[in-house]
Amino acid sequence: MVAVTSRMPRSREGQWLVLAGAAAAWVGLYVLNEHVWDWILFGAAGLNPADRITETIHFFLYDVVKITLLLTGIIFVVTVLRSYMSVERTRALLGGKRTGVGNAMAAGLGVITPFCSCSAVPAFIGFVAAGIPVGITMSFLIASPMVNEIAIGMLLSLFGWQVTAVYIAAGLVIAIVAGLIIGRIGAERWVEPFVFETRLGGQIVDPAAGLTFADRIQMGSEEAQSILRRIWPYLIVGIGLGALIHGWVPTDFFTTYAGPGSTFGVLVAVGIGVPLYSNAAGILPMVQALYEKGLPMGTLLAFMMAVVALSLPEMILLRRVLKPPLLVIFAGIVGTGIVAIGYLFNALLA
Amino acid sequence: MIIKVLGTGCANCKNLERVTREALSDLGIDARIEKVEDYGQIMGYGVMSTPGLVVDERVVLSGRVPSVEQVRDLLAAAR
Repeated sequence: MVAVTSRMPRSREGQWLVLAGAAAAWVGLYVLNEHVWDWILFGAAGLNPADRITETIHFFLYDVVKITLLLTGIIFVVTVLRSYMSVERTRALLGGKRTGVGNAMAAGLGVITPFCSCSAVPAFIGFVAAGIPVGITMSFLIASPMVNEIAIGMLLSLFGWQVTAVYIAAGLVIAIVAGLIIGRIGAERWVEPFVFETRLGGQIVDPAAGLTFADRIQMGSEEAQSILRRIWPYLIVGIGLGALIHGWVPTDFFTTYAGPGSTFGVLVAVGIGVPLYSNAAGILPMVQALYEKGLPMGTLLAFMMAVVALSLPEMILLRRVLKPPLLVIFAGIVGTGIVAIGYLFNALLA
Repeated sequence: MIIKVLGTGCANCKNLERVTREALSDLGIDARIEKVEDYGQIMGYGVMSTPGLVVDERVVLSGRVPSVEQVRDLLAAAR
């Protein structure tokens, strides 16, 4: 890990200067990316751009650099922004809010609060101990993975703000509605008893308090490195598949088999997406390529949400606090919501 | 000095333990590091965002993995 804090300039001006320099370098690399590969493959190596294999390789190399740059930039900025929020602050904000308003706030906060899924259990217990109803807590727990900040960044750069807005709205709506339904059915009986019996002791320590600007930059830098280190195999596979689709799948292939009017397209997409465990970054390259080949945006969004919102590791973790009936209900509502969003947007955007 | 790392075994918790051991050896302190993985005990310290670092029963940090320097400062202050 690069220890950034010890090397950051002391003064605020110096820190901003370093950030500006890094941003400039980032923009430079991003803009030059395609030209560099054009020059290396078509210029220096003299390969033929019209050749399919060359095109696939070119796309792969270009996308690896582009996505790595995007991820680094997005993760850094998001982590720094999120360092101002914490589960502890969210908990304080949600205390005493009634159903409805509470669900909407919980979903919104779920998107912006930094939340490691390993903290799902302590967070759940903490929310319950603060008197926050199970339904509102679930809205938070659903929104958090579903409206993924990396996905937002990548959708923004790949597809523009309209698609991104749809994604965010869809995730929030599903989180809110699911939380409302769960709140209505007396879900407390399906929460493991120890959750209600655990006392939250001591002084609550807020990770967001007392951070210096240099601290936040350090966290941003470390998070970017850590995530990239962890997911680079998924990235290579995802980008590789994306490149293959880009180079070898005929245009409009999917329009024939899974176009906007297709009956089962969304269901199949969600069916494939649920068992897949990946993070948003790994599948976005593939999503872009699939879209190029005619897969409708509604189906794609549904696929993406299915992959990130419902995963086996998350279910296993939640099993510690939620009994099977509630887990099934949770998965069922979220899954149904995702399918509904898929069909809805295929119909709207067609 | 009794040091406890609160967390349930995810990568961050392991990293916190590693960083803490490094800080301890840098400072030349020979202290025991205890891993607390039971939710009841973790909540008992008021920690909701794992991992957490407890020194002599006081929570000094939670929610992220700090740098070795920062842990060194925290430990030195707690001595």
